[in-house]
Amino acid sequence: MAGIFNFLASPSRFRRLSERLYPYTIFLMVLFLILGLWYGIYSSPPDYQQGETVRIMYVHVPAAWMAMMIYFSMTLMSIFSLVWRHPLADLLAKESAPIGAMFTLIALVTGSIWGKPTWGTWWVWDARLTSVLILFFIYLGHVALIKLFDDEEKGSKAAAILTIIGAINLPIIKFSVDWWNTLHQPASVMRLDGPSIHIDMMIPLIFMAFAFLFYYLSFLFINTQAELYKRRVKKIYLQNLMRKEK
Amino acid sequence: MNIARIKRKKRLFIIFLAFLALSISGFLILNASRDSLIYFYSPSEILEKQGLQEKIIRIGGLVEENSVSYKNSTRIEFNVTDGNKKILVTYIGILPDLFREGQGVICEGKLNALGTFEANRILAKHDENYMPPEVAEKLKKSGKWKGE
Repeated sequence: MAGIFNFLASPSRFRRLSERLYPYTIFLMVLFLILGLWYGIYSSPPDYQQGETVRIMYVHVPAAWMAMMIYFSMTLMSIFSLVWRHPLADLLAKESAPIGAMFTLIALVTGSIWGKPTWGTWWVWDARLTSVLILFFIYLGHVALIKLFDDEEKGSKAAAILTIIGAINLPIIKFSVDWWNTLHQPASVMRLDGPSIHIDMMIPLIFMAFAFLFYYLSFLFINTQAELYKRRVKKIYLQNLMRKEK
Repeated sequence: MNIARIKRKKRLFIIFLAFLALSISGFLILNASRDSLIYFYSPSEILEKQGLQEKIIRIGGLVEENSVSYKNSTRIEFNVTDGNKKILVTYIGILPDLFREGQGVICEGKLNALGTFEANRILAKHDENYMPPEVAEKLKKSGKWKGE
């Protein structure tokens, strides 16, 4: 176990592996996106209450799942970075945050568009909506905090601490609809007694969730590669500069 | 054990302890501020609580069957129930599309001295069930319809 962990923790090894993997993740993303959009827009039925508005869910729910999943993986990376001091863990957390922020924003905006015709309002300050808005601000804080420090290592450390503190928001988001009366409805898919959503609506939902997951992986790979190359260029530049001065 | 490993264990322990302390304080804060975190009260809670008159609050429940009556084109009265207690709500204005008898609803407004709730905003609550119309019809016909 520790062997695999150490193997992947080497940045250059990760770069080579991700360079080989990312064409496949992009292919899977496009495949699932086509399938998910096809099922979501054409081949799934309208809802008995909401009518066609239900189709917003096929973007909204997977985006919200991704917002939480990415934050959860960032929390794990932050623990690895603080305890084991792996440089790759910091890097992956740094590259994950903007993608997570984007998915959170998508969930908030699509939820708002769905809320207007269904609930009769764009926004309410109930526990679920507010806690997701806080998640969005934590993501932005993560991006800003790293930039704030001149020394990126120090910035990453501060950001890792912020991420671990903010992780307490995750169970609050998940269970807010059960703990407090909220306008937002309780979970339909991830619940103990099985999903309360019809299979024809579940299929596009799952396809879109996979499309978003592979989107995340693809852009995590690509952005991390770019960052690693950027660091290498910087290192070579500095080495040349020092050689000239000698 | 080498020193690096001891240090790692120490760091892991500190993070674990810090997270535990944070969770406990978070739980206490959230537990203490329950009243401001819940978005609406149920009719039973409203009738139990004192001193809610003339304060802006929200109540939530189901629109009771056969209780909706239009006083004129925009003025409407209906009962909100949680299956236990019910409260009469009056409202003037436009209703959301999903508003109907048996449907979840949230009303924002004031409780007057007579115990009637004067709403100035109505939101429809959507439940967690998603299905095509044909399936809903079948469920209703076979008598397997839950809720509403």
